[in-house]
Amino acid sequence: MTVNSLDVERIRKDFPVFSRELPDGRPLVYLDSGNSSQKPNQVIETMREHLALHYSNVGRAMHVLGAESTEAYEGARDKVAAFVGAPSRNEVIFTKNASEALNLIAYSFGNPANTDPRFTLGPGDEIVISEMEHHSNIVPWQLLAQRTGATLKWFGVTDDGRLDLAPGVITERTKIVSIAHQSNVLGTVNPVAELARMAHEAGALIALDASQSVPHHPVNVAEMGADFVAFTGHKMVGPSGIGVLWGRAELLEAMPPFLGGGEMIEAVWMDRATYAPVPHKFEAGTPPIVEAIGLGAAADYLTVVGMEAVEAHERELTAYALEALREVPTLRVIGPETLEGRGGTVSFTLEGIHPHDVGQILDDQFGVAVRVGHHCARPLHLRFGIPATTRASFYLYNTTGEIDALVRGLHHVQKVFA
Amino acid sequence: MIGESMYQELILEHYKHPQGRGLREPYDTEVHHVNPTCGDEITLRVKVGDAGKILDVSYDGQGCSISQAAASVLHELATGSTVEESLSVVEEFTRLMQGRGQVEADEEVLGDAVAFAGVAKFPARVKCALLSWMAYKDAVVRSAAQ
Ligand SMILES: Cc1ncc(COP(=O)(O)O)c(C=O)c1O
Repeated sequence: MTVNSLDVERIRKDFPVFSRELPDGRPLVYLDSGNSSQKPNQVIETMREHLALHYSNVGRAMHVLGAESTEAYEGARDKVAAFVGAPSRNEVIFTKNASEALNLIAYSFGNPANTDPRFTLGPGDEIVISEMEHHSNIVPWQLLAQRTGATLKWFGVTDDGRLDLAPGVITERTKIVSIAHQSNVLGTVNPVAELARMAHEAGALIALDASQSVPHHPVNVAEMGADFVAFTGHKMVGPSGIGVLWGRAELLEAMPPFLGGGEMIEAVWMDRATYAPVPHKFEAGTPPIVEAIGLGAAADYLTVVGMEAVEAHERELTAYALEALREVPTLRVIGPETLEGRGGTVSFTLEGIHPHDVGQILDDQFGVAVRVGHHCARPLHLRFGIPATTRASFYLYNTTGEIDALVRGLHHVQKVFA
Repeated sequence: MIGESMYQELILEHYKHPQGRGLREPYDTEVHHVNPTCGDEITLRVKVGDAGKILDVSYDGQGCSISQAAASVLHELATGSTVEESLSVVEEFTRLMQGRGQVEADEEVLGDAVAFAGVAKFPARVKCALLSWMAYKDAVVRSAAQ
């Protein structure tokens, strides 16, 4: 294995954005990949070339361009399937983003169109999530509970930012468990295999929100033991507008369509329709063609770099950052302070200084882009009794020098507010 | 550079030493406003006396330096003035904040609140500056309706 072999300077050359300066000649220090990642030439060029030379609608055009577009679009599905170790390409459904993928899963439960007992849901049944979820993995389940009268339950979070796997949360009444693989705030990587085992022992299905794990770690959906895995293209060097739902074929086949429209049908009469086989059953209308192809190119790019190498590089950065941030007075890390079971996302507070002020000064004076606020995880911030945090998140193109810039910036912030 | 022009000394002073902070009795109306994008919140009370005189503006909240300093400046400007006068200050402040940095501030009307002129260049922060001022306007209008 050639782990640790990531040549960050060479990688940075693939990303055109790193050759630009910010206004006033500030260099760009991009520490906000947990929000959305930058894009390499390989993705940009693949999309540009497709738009320029091969573009047409997919699946329905009987001509050369239609065939080329369809081949590239379906080819992207193969690439994504291989990237996450999906047993079958038909288990990869293209959605708009992770949020849509999670909504799609939630929509199949307690749905009168779905009589499969694994998906029936009503009063007395339970949905289990956690306190560290992104709003995208909370609100769809709240809506489902409201629609069906089912009960929404959740795992709490410990003071050091771990999932509190207290017994009694998952019970025999649980029908679906949906948990983040990696927290977008804490960086915590959850024990998904154990969660899958717990869910299955209780007779429930389990979905993983892998928005923050698929871009940063080698992920094999089959090995994780989950039933559904959702992720999003724009956080993994791909474009926005494209996300993925992976699901076990047999479950996807049992689920009702989510959106109706062109391409998702087999035959239509005025009063009814039959549906296309998966994955197309879940891809109504003209899909984000070029975005899917761009995501395929992103999967290729990450495969060439090697996900083990990406993971190892981020681990080094995280170790460096946790150490360096310790030297900033009053800085409190919200999340695990050790490398064990955590990824390259570090959120923190500075006593007496609001994250908005931190982010503003870091940006304006140091060109350091971080995210500030509750990062679409308000309940988690409530849990820690804080309105907001500052979050630095790392990716394959970041350097320890950029973490130094962050630390210098934080010292300056403290001077302004001293 | 750009940023520090937003963090005027006066704003930092008000942030570190907020004037009139804390919820007080008596009051006519209490309102609670939040900025959903960043979670800043303010609870604000007004007490209006005879002839529309503002007897007290008390508040409590959490948020960034801009939102907290804006509440402190508001307290100073509104307390002791009248409903009518203070609403015209709110109007001028709103105009300044929504002017994308193109609006000349009227220092006569705004007093210390001109220090926020730099904030107008940062669309993401305008709501921070306006949070307490909008809450105040809401509270005064409701008091008048009672
Ligand atoms: C953990 C997690 N889940 C879900 C999402 C939602 O992704 P998207 O906005 O692409 O649907 C995000 C990103 O914002 C995330 O970090």
